[in-house]
Amino acid sequence: MIKFPRLIKVAIQRIFRNPSNALAAVLVMFSAFFICGAFVLVTVASGALLHYFESRPEVTAFLKDNTTGDQVKKIQQTLSDSGVVSKTKYVSKEEALRIYKERNKNEPLLTQFVTSDILPASIEVSTYKLADLSKVAEVLKKESSVEEVVFEKDIVNTLTKWSNTIRLVGIGVVIFLLLTSFLITLIVIGLNISIHKDEIEIMRLVGATSWYIRTPFILEGVFYGVFSGLVAAMLLFSFFLWASPTLHRTFAGIDILPSAPLIFIYLLLGEFLIGATIGIIGSFVATRKYLSS
Amino acid sequence: MIVFNEVSKQYDGVKALADFSLDIEGGEFVFLVGPSGAGKSTLLKLIIREELPTEGSLFVDGEEVSKIPSSGVPHLRRKVGTIFQDFKLLPQRTVFENVSFPLEILGLPDDEIEKTTDEILRLVDLNSKAANFPDQLSGGELQRTAIARAMVLRPEIILADEPTGNLDSGSAWEVMQLLAKLNSLGTTVVMATHNVDISSSLPHRKLELQRGRLVRDTKQKTKGASKKEKEK
Repeated sequence: MIKFPRLIKVAIQRIFRNPSNALAAVLVMFSAFFICGAFVLVTVASGALLHYFESRPEVTAFLKDNTTGDQVKKIQQTLSDSGVVSKTKYVSKEEALRIYKERNKNEPLLTQFVTSDILPASIEVSTYKLADLSKVAEVLKKESSVEEVVFEKDIVNTLTKWSNTIRLVGIGVVIFLLLTSFLITLIVIGLNISIHKDEIEIMRLVGATSWYIRTPFILEGVFYGVFSGLVAAMLLFSFFLWASPTLHRTFAGIDILPSAPLIFIYLLLGEFLIGATIGIIGSFVATRKYLSS
Repeated sequence: MIVFNEVSKQYDGVKALADFSLDIEGGEFVFLVGPSGAGKSTLLKLIIREELPTEGSLFVDGEEVSKIPSSGVPHLRRKVGTIFQDFKLLPQRTVFENVSFPLEILGLPDDEIEKTTDEILRLVDLNSKAANFPDQLSGGELQRTAIARAMVLRPEIILADEPTGNLDSGSAWEVMQLLAKLNSLGTTVVMATHNVDISSSLPHRKLELQRGRLVRDTKQKTKGASKKEKEK
């Protein structure tokens, strides 16, 4: 039976006896995990942003000041009859003021002199499909009590394009970096095997099994992967904490990383798992390649 | 114990061993003599399956070596202790750690490893050097460490490839005494040597090889202690 703690000790000794090799492996894998993690976060954030715009009233009709309650009801009825509208919401001048004050509660200068009179009442309209937005906007523009129509279709289209591009580029970059990490693990473990060539030969001659020889190298690969993943996830989280106030200001009211700590725990676990897998497979292939010769 | 049955070994068409047949019984002490390139090292490598025969069959302790699966090779090598001319010690391990290494591989408990290693180190008179590293030892001490490592698993066979080749005559005789002591305990010893002084001055069986062929077998079987004797 192989004594595992002894093999762990051997793996740790080898890592510290060749610090430059270890550093090279960790740096490359760390860069890969950091960039991969950043892409994952940007993808999640762009998804959240897209979802925000898709689920909000995409068409907002600002009403003239003299619009009556009957006119509002008539507009809502017309929209409801079209069959493409999922929800309409009337926002009165007072409600608009309340929302304005809530959004700017940290900026007293912006709220001090604002009254409900200067804010327009509006109707927010959601459709089932993005494609129906233009139709609804056209209907609203024809209403005499409507002052202005704000139409968010362009924003959604642009965001969808960006989101898809980020996802595609992200997948490409992630695959490339993970492959690089795998090859670096293979090279570093291969180098270590060649450094310990004599030791391995002696081990074989005195009756060590292949697994006894191989296990410390595999543990070494696992260490590189797991350590790099841990550092990358921690650094990304620190970066997020540092950028949080700016992100909140920029995307006021939009939760771009929903359940943020949970996402980082998933990211950490994911990077652990991928790191360990790359470490295991990389060192396994290296030991197979170099130990069989 | 070791049987060669018309064994041939070729390297790139050159025959290192040709139709070699031999029977070494348990408890024997056998010298392999002959010039460089005669096939002595090849013969030892075949026994521990560092090489496979091109033709013929070779049995160690009743088991056909070439038919042992790869996973079984470590077990064969634990049964056969090997001593090398260049010692093959791990430079970053102490004498104690080098000697205890085969026990470590077996996954034995620490206290058992310590006890067995101490016993063996006392036997080769190296207990005072247990904490030294190989580069702090003399040639004779290095070879005694290698012998201790070869015998720590108490193998039935010890193969020694020019164990005195790098030693002065005093150290060489110390090593010979140690091997004789092991043989007297019942271990089969097969020793390849160039050293005519040593091989001719001892009464053990001598196998002379030339160009891969056995040209002389003195058949002076001088068993230190056969297994039967040991049981008695």
